[in-house]
Amino acid sequence: MEAIRVNNITKSYENINALSNVSFSINQTEIFGLIGPDGAGKTTLIRILTSLILPDEGNAYILNLDLKKDYKQIRKIIGYMPQRFSLYMDLSVEENLQFYAEIFGVSIKDNYYLIEPIYKQIEPYKERKAGKLSGGMKQKLALSCALIHRPKFLLLDEPTTGVDAISRIEFWEMLKNYQNEGITILVSTPYMDEALQCNRLAFIKEGKILTVASPSEILNNYPFNIYDIKNENTYQTIEYFKKIIPDAIINRFGQSLHCSTQLSFDEIIQATDINNILIEKIEPTIEDCFLWISQQQ
Amino acid sequence: MDIATTIEPQKYAIYARKLVKKFGNFIADDNLNFEVHPGEIFGLLGANGAGKTTAIKMMTGLLKPTSGILKVNGYDIYSESEIIRKSIGYMSQKFSLYEELTIYENIRFFGGIYGLNLKSIKSRAEWAEHTFSLSGFMDKRVSNLPLGWKQKVAFVVASIHNPAIIFLDEPTGGVDPSVRRNFWDNIYQASINGTTIIVTTHYMDEAEYCQRICIMDQGIIKAIGKPNELKNKFLVNTMNELFIKIVRN
Repeated sequence: MEAIRVNNITKSYENINALSNVSFSINQTEIFGLIGPDGAGKTTLIRILTSLILPDEGNAYILNLDLKKDYKQIRKIIGYMPQRFSLYMDLSVEENLQFYAEIFGVSIKDNYYLIEPIYKQIEPYKERKAGKLSGGMKQKLALSCALIHRPKFLLLDEPTTGVDAISRIEFWEMLKNYQNEGITILVSTPYMDEALQCNRLAFIKEGKILTVASPSEILNNYPFNIYDIKNENTYQTIEYFKKIIPDAIINRFGQSLHCSTQLSFDEIIQATDINNILIEKIEPTIEDCFLWISQQQ
Repeated sequence: MDIATTIEPQKYAIYARKLVKKFGNFIADDNLNFEVHPGEIFGLLGANGAGKTTAIKMMTGLLKPTSGILKVNGYDIYSESEIIRKSIGYMSQKFSLYEELTIYENIRFFGGIYGLNLKSIKSRAEWAEHTFSLSGFMDKRVSNLPLGWKQKVAFVVASIHNPAIIFLDEPTGGVDPSVRRNFWDNIYQASINGTTIIVTTHYMDEAEYCQRICIMDQGIIKAIGKPNELKNKFLVNTMNELFIKIVRN
């Protein structure tokens, strides 16, 4: 069932088009990812969906509420965690949580079960001022504050930027718990590997939605064979393959390169006449797909 | 037997033995032993609080070790930190650029700080314009540039005095995958030309670009080696799995 519908939203700041004609929908209790680099328009879109700013054109519907007319009701049912956590740095951990609970007219006790797995990790520091917490702890407190009124729709703007790998994994595990609680989630990230954790995702670049699909659809629709090529000198190897397969897409991936082409494994082996090279047919990664899709535009 | 001890420490870009840093009773870095070869791209990985930042601060001469040996470009960190600072460059995630100045003005300013004369500054500006495809943009204000461009300029500024080692502290957070690849091409080029690159990062795809990596946890080096060798040794397929296996156990 459709929970969120975004219709033809356009927004510009002075002469920059932040969003151009953006449309998509999010299903009930879905984790929907907004994947794109810095400056793609992710934050603008999220701020529009929280009713903090108005679109120039288009509209959106959040659980059948009209973004422009029913924004007062919408604000009661959404939870929003901005990129720069909106915490009161001079208040303690507990006071911050108390403050958000009171704004929404709920008691911490009512919905404590929902935040317990995260909040109990920061509870030992509940007397500490929010300004004195580490980045990971601020993130946990900000998420607790965004959830304390048990929102139906949770919007998270780059919640894992600057967070270490272990905390990121725990964070995604928690999001899945909230999904099971019946909360619909929109989460933005610049990191391609997190795309796989979403039920569906939208690739966004320069204010335009490039594609909306599930991760497996995106991976399955990749139209080329893809080879992982390893050699002592990656830089020269890239130049070499650009020459022998001019229409291939060649991208560096760490110490190897990914070569996307229509050629079969045997054909590529036959075309290659350098030594000390390891060629392996692989499945595309989500990053291969993003690179290809963004080159299509 | 540690082969490295039989070779002179002067031959390394970084040479650390029994390196310790304590803050009161808290041991931030405990008995670190590692070396980085000239021209190598070396990654320092770890969760928040693993001791990466303290290690970088010691290598850049900002913090004195509590005990142990640390040589940077062959110079002793205890007695020669002034010389060390002239031989290294540092680029942080929050690019330390002057937003109100143009690209050229930033280059001139940082060149001046490192004591370059105007002639050298001009020749470094030409080098930057050519190597990083900045032509036509040298007179643009930094505040008007996209993130990927700022990143390039920050790298230029960190290498303006032609340092032997450049430290990159989480260099590519938030930028486009294709922009990120261009940036790494520049880093590889610098490494081919003999510059040593030391990178810290949270992101495992970025770690894959390093020739050798060092994984730290709670002040201790847990693993050190080439990415593929470590993946084979710990029987995992991806860098993420490697990191989790090492740090969670």
